[in-house]
Amino acid sequence: MTPLITVSHMSFGFRDRKLYSDMSFALARGSMTSLIGANGVGKTTLIRLLMGQLTPTAGTITRAADLSLGYVPQFRNIDPEYPLTIRQFVQLNQLKHRVPWHTRAEKAAVDQVIAQCDLSERQNLRLGAASGGEKQKAYLAQALLTQPNFLILDEATASLDVNTKTELMSLVRRLNRELGLTVLFVTHDLELAREFTSQYLLLTATGHELAPTQTMDLAKMPRELTPVAEVH
Amino acid sequence: MFQYDFMQNAFLASTFIALTTGIVGVFVTARGMSFLAHTLSEIGFAGAALAVFVGIRPLDGMLVTTISSAVAVGKLSVKASRREASISAVSSLFTGLGILFLALSAKSSSYATTILFGSIIGISRADVWQLVGLAAVVLVTMAWAYRSLAFDSFDPVGAQAQGVRRNLIGIYFLLILAVSVSIGAQIVGSLLVFILLTLPPAVAKYLGHTLPQMLAISVATALIGVWAGLLLGYYTNWPVTFFIAAIECVFYFAALQVRRRQG
Repeated sequence: MTPLITVSHMSFGFRDRKLYSDMSFALARGSMTSLIGANGVGKTTLIRLLMGQLTPTAGTITRAADLSLGYVPQFRNIDPEYPLTIRQFVQLNQLKHRVPWHTRAEKAAVDQVIAQCDLSERQNLRLGAASGGEKQKAYLAQALLTQPNFLILDEATASLDVNTKTELMSLVRRLNRELGLTVLFVTHDLELAREFTSQYLLLTATGHELAPTQTMDLAKMPRELTPVAEVH
Repeated sequence: MFQYDFMQNAFLASTFIALTTGIVGVFVTARGMSFLAHTLSEIGFAGAALAVFVGIRPLDGMLVTTISSAVAVGKLSVKASRREASISAVSSLFTGLGILFLALSAKSSSYATTILFGSIIGISRADVWQLVGLAAVVLVTMAWAYRSLAFDSFDPVGAQAQGVRRNLIGIYFLLILAVSVSIGAQIVGSLLVFILLTLPPAVAKYLGHTLPQMLAISVATALIGVWAGLLLGYYTNWPVTFFIAAIECVFYFAALQVRRRQG
């Protein structure tokens, strides 16, 4: 089966700094990959390249014809006064129709992602009053509403406690298995990467490496990536 | 009361003003633009004064100045670090300009009072139709842009991630805000138009949990305020603007109490 996305001999840099040269890797359909690397090494830039927001200076990125992307961004500013319910927040991502009201099919689609993300019981809770884990699930549900087959999670677990992290990642793994969703999970948390993803893409200042997480050698990882450095 | 043309005009005008400001205001609050709405109303004051000076209708002057400056003022307010100082500078400049134009046009001070604090007797039937037309443009285009505008206003990060054309939405919103400020000022005056753009939506934010609920609460709060204000103004001869401001403040603090009780 052809990969969902193939990066081939790609180079990219900004005016003052070269980030990658001759980078090649492919993400298979249905794979679950951690993207790891120290801060500033270019994880976010790589995501923007994969999403097509930036163009490589050399080499190519080939996307499968049916690729559709869901992206869960890292930072969101939802204050405690935020008025909309979880359901309303998720529904914001329905942009296909031009009318203000939502059709029955659209409502059913919202019901479906809300159930998939275990939010049915909490859907009428104000997002501002929701817990960190519920907020992350709502962000995930919103991204899933367009039925993507490739999901990028940008440090989705960074602000969560250990139990909530595990719960969220179990949910992502279930979606990966049930829907065949290809997942790219950006993280600093190596334990989580090892437990929930089958392979990792490590970015370093000198190059990159795509390998099964079973072979991950924590001792060889950049220091700031070791779980010990994580503050819970 | 309704045998008088000016009261019919005032009720018609204020109904459409409340509809427009009530709906636009929900997005003003969500986008954190209350301060900007206030600045636009001061720019509108300068525009109305300029209109008096050159001899055109105040509403036309307000529309020209607010629409032509909305995008520039919006850009000034993007950088949070400079926002307050920049907006204060623009506000004071335009308030000063308004005073200058009024002085140059040698109109009586009652004219300034009308522009600043509003008046119900100054609105003709032709003004009402212009106002209804402008309100219709705002509301119809908003219905068309509703979903993108809602996404961008209530979840800008998500909207960006989903490829919503945020620049376009931002400019469009500034333009309809300029129109809303201009038409709203016809009843409550340019100094207090931002009451209608901020207090009913704040009540809606505390009491409503879905966007349709928020829009309904905001419009209802604005409508009750302007209708009751007109009635009380008619029977007491006190300024309508005072009653509208007082009623909206009562709604706001009551809603705040409700929210506090809810925790």
